[in-house]
Amino acid sequence: MASALEVCALGAGPGRAARAIAWLAALAALALAPLAACAATYEVIVEDPYLELHTGPGRGYPVFQIAERGERVELIRRRTDWFQVRLPRGEVGWVPLAQLRRTLGLDGEPFDVLAYELADYTERRWEVGALYGDFGGANVISVYGAFGMTPNLSLELWLSQALGRFSDSKIASLDVVHELFPDKRFSPYIALGAGVVKTDPKATLVATTDRSDAAAHAGGGLRAYLTRRFLFRAEYKSYVVFTSRDDNEEIREWKAGFSFFF
Amino acid sequence: MESRLLVLLLSGVMAAGLTGCGRHRALEAADAGQPPVIEPELERRQIEPADIDTEDFEVGIYAGQLSVEDFGVNTVVGVRFAYHITESFFVEAAGGRSDTEPTSFERLSGAAQLLTDDEREYSYYNVSLGYNLLPGESFIGRNRAFNSSLYLIGGVGNTKFAGDDRFTINFGMGLRLLPLDWLAVHADVRDHVLDNDVLGRKKTTHNLEAHVGFTFFF
Repeated sequence: MASALEVCALGAGPGRAARAIAWLAALAALALAPLAACAATYEVIVEDPYLELHTGPGRGYPVFQIAERGERVELIRRRTDWFQVRLPRGEVGWVPLAQLRRTLGLDGEPFDVLAYELADYTERRWEVGALYGDFGGANVISVYGAFGMTPNLSLELWLSQALGRFSDSKIASLDVVHELFPDKRFSPYIALGAGVVKTDPKATLVATTDRSDAAAHAGGGLRAYLTRRFLFRAEYKSYVVFTSRDDNEEIREWKAGFSFFF
Repeated sequence: MESRLLVLLLSGVMAAGLTGCGRHRALEAADAGQPPVIEPELERRQIEPADIDTEDFEVGIYAGQLSVEDFGVNTVVGVRFAYHITESFFVEAAGGRSDTEPTSFERLSGAAQLLTDDEREYSYYNVSLGYNLLPGESFIGRNRAFNSSLYLIGGVGNTKFAGDDRFTINFGMGLRLLPLDWLAVHADVRDHVLDNDVLGRKKTTHNLEAHVGFTFFF
């Protein structure tokens, strides 16, 4: 707060612009001050003979400090399955989730922190992911967002870009997906959808025009829960593109990738 | 104008006071004066474990040099967004752009222009999977150690160059250095592999990129 006031005082002298900047700085300092003072912390009591503090959040970072049984440690932040903790003496280090599970909260209850598990996966509501594969001979990169309406049924919005030798396509589609066994680690599904395919022939080809066509598709695939919020997904879809020519175009698509849920 | 700012300023102070946190600090200050008669069983209202600040995302910018085969070495700038899945694996989405220069042929011939100015812009996006191969500490000088990690990264994406979108594979490695717990400095080398037919015949090109950047964890 003092620094903010100093900035204000300094701002009184020079020109308008400098004053405005000083005021903005003061405002920013004020806005951030409560955040800094009020950073959320959580304290636990060590139950194991000791708690090992590593210098970083991961394998390979050495243990440099310990907290003994009965000591109180403050949890500052979490990164993947590691927690940064502060000891009463002031040292700051990182502790893996597995070891923190053997500590107690200040209320004497075992420390129970969110570790994403299969149960969270089966109860997921939102999911996003990116997949890569083959779309009728072209490389396809897809991103999607899914919303679970019921445990079995979800609605998915897909955006794909297929990069082929002679043309590039952008595909947008809306799918209804039915999961057969939504509570299983390996969960097969069937999908039905419709959308738009926009095709751009390569610039090096002559006498071609861009075109947009409606398309419908059906297919199926498999989700496999891997770890935390992370899952693997592979699928096959068969597209029918309703072209303005005599024949509709049929395209087969295979792709696989990774997704997250939250 | 200044009076309006003053009002804003005061409302900010009011807001801080109104939140539980301001009140909490005031109580603490009052308690500090006298020693407590009985040590209270629950000293402070605990926050929920779920409220612990989770920082698995990384967002940042980078700048460096990109060599586009036949089109010179030029400055590239980009943004990156990463999600750390485990202590070892992360996924990254990145996008960048660079303005390429004329080929030697265009320069020597004087008049021939292969590409328009718009087509000369090289822009890309990619989605990659990274692996922290060598996590550890790096020492700068005698007394300073920073957490660091050498990572391998590779993925797929799209490159827009010479008027066309081109499927691109990228792979490379990078160094992540953390001067602060929430700030990382990156130095990366990537190879962007794509098929290019701008010069008449289709060929696979390797476009090397070296960049430095920084990211924030949140």
